[in-house]
Amino acid sequence: MDAKDILGLPKNTLPMQEKKSKPPKESQRKPDGISREVYALTGGLAPLMPAIDANHLRRKVQTENEKWLPFSNSARKDNLQLYHWVRVVNSVPPTGDYSFAKYNKSADVIKYTDEEYEKHLTDNTWTKEETDQLFDLCERFDLRFVVIADRFPSSKTVEELKDRYYSVSRAILTARASSPGEVSGHPLVKEPYNVSQETERKRALSLLLSHTKQQERKDVEVIAHAKRITEARKAIKASQEPLVPALSESGPFNADKDDMTADTAAPSTNPQFPSANPVSETATAAASLRMLRVYLRTYALDHMVQAVSSSAGLRTIKRVEQTLQDLGVNLKPKVPTKAVCAEHLELRKEILTLLNLQKQLQYKEAEGSSFRDSSYTETPGTPPKQSQRAADLDRTFTPESLQIGGNTISNDLLGMILNFPLGKDSLKGSRSARYTPILPCYFVAASDNTSRLPLRRYMYERLIGCNLTFYPFSPTECEDMRILEPRSESSEPVVPCRADGGELR
Amino acid sequence: MAEIVEIDGQLERNTNESTLIPQRIKITRASDDGDKKILQKRLRDVEICVPIVYGTIAFWLGRKASETQSHRWTVYVRGATNEDIGVVIKRVVFQLHPSFENPVRVVESPPFELSECGWGEFEIAISLFFHNDVCDKQLDLYHHLKLYAEDESGPQSTKRPVVVETYNEIVFPDPSESFYARIQKHPAVIVPRLPIMLNLPTEDPNEKKGDTKDNPLSQWFINFSEADELLKLAAARQQVQAHIINLRRQLSVIDGLPLQSWKPGSNY
Repeated sequence: MDAKDILGLPKNTLPMQEKKSKPPKESQRKPDGISREVYALTGGLAPLMPAIDANHLRRKVQTENEKWLPFSNSARKDNLQLYHWVRVVNSVPPTGDYSFAKYNKSADVIKYTDEEYEKHLTDNTWTKEETDQLFDLCERFDLRFVVIADRFPSSKTVEELKDRYYSVSRAILTARASSPGEVSGHPLVKEPYNVSQETERKRALSLLLSHTKQQERKDVEVIAHAKRITEARKAIKASQEPLVPALSESGPFNADKDDMTADTAAPSTNPQFPSANPVSETATAAASLRMLRVYLRTYALDHMVQAVSSSAGLRTIKRVEQTLQDLGVNLKPKVPTKAVCAEHLELRKEILTLLNLQKQLQYKEAEGSSFRDSSYTETPGTPPKQSQRAADLDRTFTPESLQIGGNTISNDLLGMILNFPLGKDSLKGSRSARYTPILPCYFVAASDNTSRLPLRRYMYERLIGCNLTFYPFSPTECEDMRILEPRSESSEPVVPCRADGGELR
Repeated sequence: MAEIVEIDGQLERNTNESTLIPQRIKITRASDDGDKKILQKRLRDVEICVPIVYGTIAFWLGRKASETQSHRWTVYVRGATNEDIGVVIKRVVFQLHPSFENPVRVVESPPFELSECGWGEFEIAISLFFHNDVCDKQLDLYHHLKLYAEDESGPQSTKRPVVVETYNEIVFPDPSESFYARIQKHPAVIVPRLPIMLNLPTEDPNEKKGDTKDNPLSQWFINFSEADELLKLAAARQQVQAHIINLRRQLSVIDGLPLQSWKPGSNY
């Protein structure tokens, strides 16, 4: 019982097929002259199916008015006599040149004399021999620069070769011309070869072509994001202009308002926090409180807190409260005196500013990192020298660590700070004191948590491609970083120290 | 009781619900005719502040405890430093659970306290009424009566009561001149120095003996000190400010170089 029974097919078809399939198998035997191993690699011969009807071919060839005749080809210089079939109309063979000879274009490469070279063509990066070689190859391969670059003995990029060729040609042209106007219309003079633009174009093109799907998606996201940001900024600008804070009366919370303006003015460019509002909000809140004949201090505080965070979203308010808790501060003061409430309100405002800044920084870093992703792909078109340099850079960040003041600093961080790469070799059996920084820079021997600050800074510099100049850390900056240090990490106080092991001044 | 419910109803209409906060402190506006009656000169930009503490102290009755009366508790409003707040507050109305007999209890003179026996915890509404020259509006406080200690630190004791107190400050913005003059020297009140030398006659606080200094319960009163709170806040602010400075610098570093990042070919 099988599928055939179910389908009602006759059982005897199978043996028939087997019989039939045997003869072709025989014909697929290994042809003579090919070793068994090589033949095995081919996986058998592909079935040959004539794409054109053989009868049709035969008939075409055997047409009456075509003849096998000799012909001469002007593109050839060797007078080789070849034959071909030509159509003969009224028994008159075609006269004239071979029809394909016209495609044998050759570039007229300018020839220069030794005198001319001495006079116009000397170049620091090119010797005369190299230039001669280049022009020989140019003539031989009809300016097919890819081929020329392949054959060229010393390693030069296509762009360099082109640049040399065109600048030489141009120089000769202008030198030989009796007046500058005579050659001004010549394409070589009119549109000179721009090597830097060409290099950049190729780099950009290869960058574009080597993008992965993921990067493309990211780019689209970034562009959309940038659009959102600019739109939000525009909206904020528009909304800020008519919003001249109407502060007139003085109240118990007046001093706070001034601080608010100072705190929120800086991040006003952030689209997330339309920061112009809290000022007026607190003003109106204070005013509405004074309308009451009597109120409780806690009521006033809640009122003001609400006014301050009116512009923030629910999530931000939650985060503010989380931060308060993390700082060990009661959400509602236990002893809500005037001073305590004022301080509490200030603290909340500062936390709002802090969260605001954090958000900004995240945005900025996201913007930066998306650029890094695209710029860090190794472009296929770049010459090997450059990729070698990149490899060097990467190699310097070997995961080794160094003990400074009881704290571990990773090798790469130290390398960044010292402004020169620390390879495995340079670090062997040594201590920090051996390294003298190129720049007078300070760093904090810190645990991972704080070392990310300089690291981030460094990463940013690197991705924007400017020099690896490291910003010197002032003692106050060190102090700041020390504050951020989580207390539980190490019992030992973290001492800011010079990279060369010296004491911080 | 019906009276209080009415006040509550009025309250809902007058105060904007959206500005109310979980602590459920409501400020009522009395009828408008009060404003017209007392046409007094007001001191602008002056704020008189009365620090108060309100709460409950509950004693377990131990062997004497019955099923319906297991605790004896006292609810009170006192000056934070146990000074006499009778100079400001005329009358305090405590609204107890409706299961009590006469649940609305009025205390007409200091000390503003009320003792009861009971077995259950509930929320007590405390309405403060002020003297005529102080304010014609009432102020409502809410306190949850606590009979049982939250942490099971030990067995209930007849010696150690369960004390729950809340510190707050009553603020009178733009007080009347007469009020200011009357309480200017009073220890229960925090009065700012007048910016302009106003020649206000000072009245000696007439000692009515309404303070809670020698209250039998005073040994259980909590001493509220703002110093701890201020210290904690100062430390927190310092930490946050340091963080802000740091973030600003990071931002300025990034901001300082954004144009360069897009210059073609500069990364080689």
